[in-house]
Amino acid sequence: MKPVEISKSNEKIKQKKSLIRDYIIMGAVIVATAVALLIFTDKSGPVLSVSKNYFLELIMILPAVMIIIGLFSVWIPKEMVVKYMGKTSGTKGIFLSIALGMLPTGPLYIAFPMAIALLKKGAKISNIIIFISAWACIKLPQELVEIQFLGIEFTLLRLALTIIFVVIMGIIIEKIIDFTDKKKIKVEERV
Amino acid sequence: MLEFIKSYLTVIVINLIVLVWLILSVVKNKNKTRESLKIALKTFLKTFPVIIIIIIFIGFLLGFLPPDIISRVVGEQAGFLGILVTAVLGSVLFVPALISFPLAASLLKGGASIMSVAAFITTLTMVGIVTLPLEIKEMGKKLTILRNVFSFVFAIIIALIMGVIL
Repeated sequence: MKPVEISKSNEKIKQKKSLIRDYIIMGAVIVATAVALLIFTDKSGPVLSVSKNYFLELIMILPAVMIIIGLFSVWIPKEMVVKYMGKTSGTKGIFLSIALGMLPTGPLYIAFPMAIALLKKGAKISNIIIFISAWACIKLPQELVEIQFLGIEFTLLRLALTIIFVVIMGIIIEKIIDFTDKKKIKVEERV
Repeated sequence: MLEFIKSYLTVIVINLIVLVWLILSVVKNKNKTRESLKIALKTFLKTFPVIIIIIIFIGFLLGFLPPDIISRVVGEQAGFLGILVTAVLGSVLFVPALISFPLAASLLKGGASIMSVAAFITTLTMVGIVTLPLEIKEMGKKLTILRNVFSFVFAIIIALIMGVIL
């Protein structure tokens, strides 16, 4: 367990550094904006009013989305996802992979090691691909923001299509991996 | 009043859901609730600078770029090339999905086509050029390349279908 803990504290320092860096960049962007708007005074009206509108629209929804992320990560821990994913198979496995991937459990880089652990435990490649893809592109709290900005019709259609194609992709990639692995074995046999 | 409720329906519904859930969470376990609020605050602080930068970017995009330029590059007239441009942009950029939606909405308002916007959002979340080294390290070269290539192609197909339907 020790190496994991060390890499975790390293990760924390790294995160803090990137947080400070992000705020410095934000400050620089704000200063640059102020200068640019002072030069192009005729444009400052439209630019500021557009930014203000988008800011208001975001700030009405973001705290709620953040709290949902927090509640999810506390009430549905990562371990639970691993537990259920390990048992996946068949159509049920596909649905479970999507459902578990949709939960806001953290950024994509957490999903990769989880996926590998699951693969070693015997989960199917197709389910792993579906799980990672769902994790990457269908996050429940994010979808609320998508509905807010792009409308419910756009959001639902995009989600439905994404789910369909993610499943197709999972199955195709599994077939390709199986095929190439078999070929490799045959070549090895011949040698 | 009715007009207000109509235009802010999503906002109202989401905030109500959160309120109810938060109350249930407090009733069930105070410590866990406190922890989840801490995570919420941390996530907010982490995303805040990106939000401000993107919002300023949107302001400049709509304030400076005339709509006909946006629609010429990624609008209906740009056709398939426009979709390709936004799909590549979405693959290369590393913008949190959360913030990509207002950005996408602003592009749509500025004259981009539904197909381009759909391609942008889908590749932004599914294809990760920036996270590629990490993915290769964890998942192996073959699986990573297959996943990203297929995601890119399917993102374009999804975008085309959406353009036909919407």
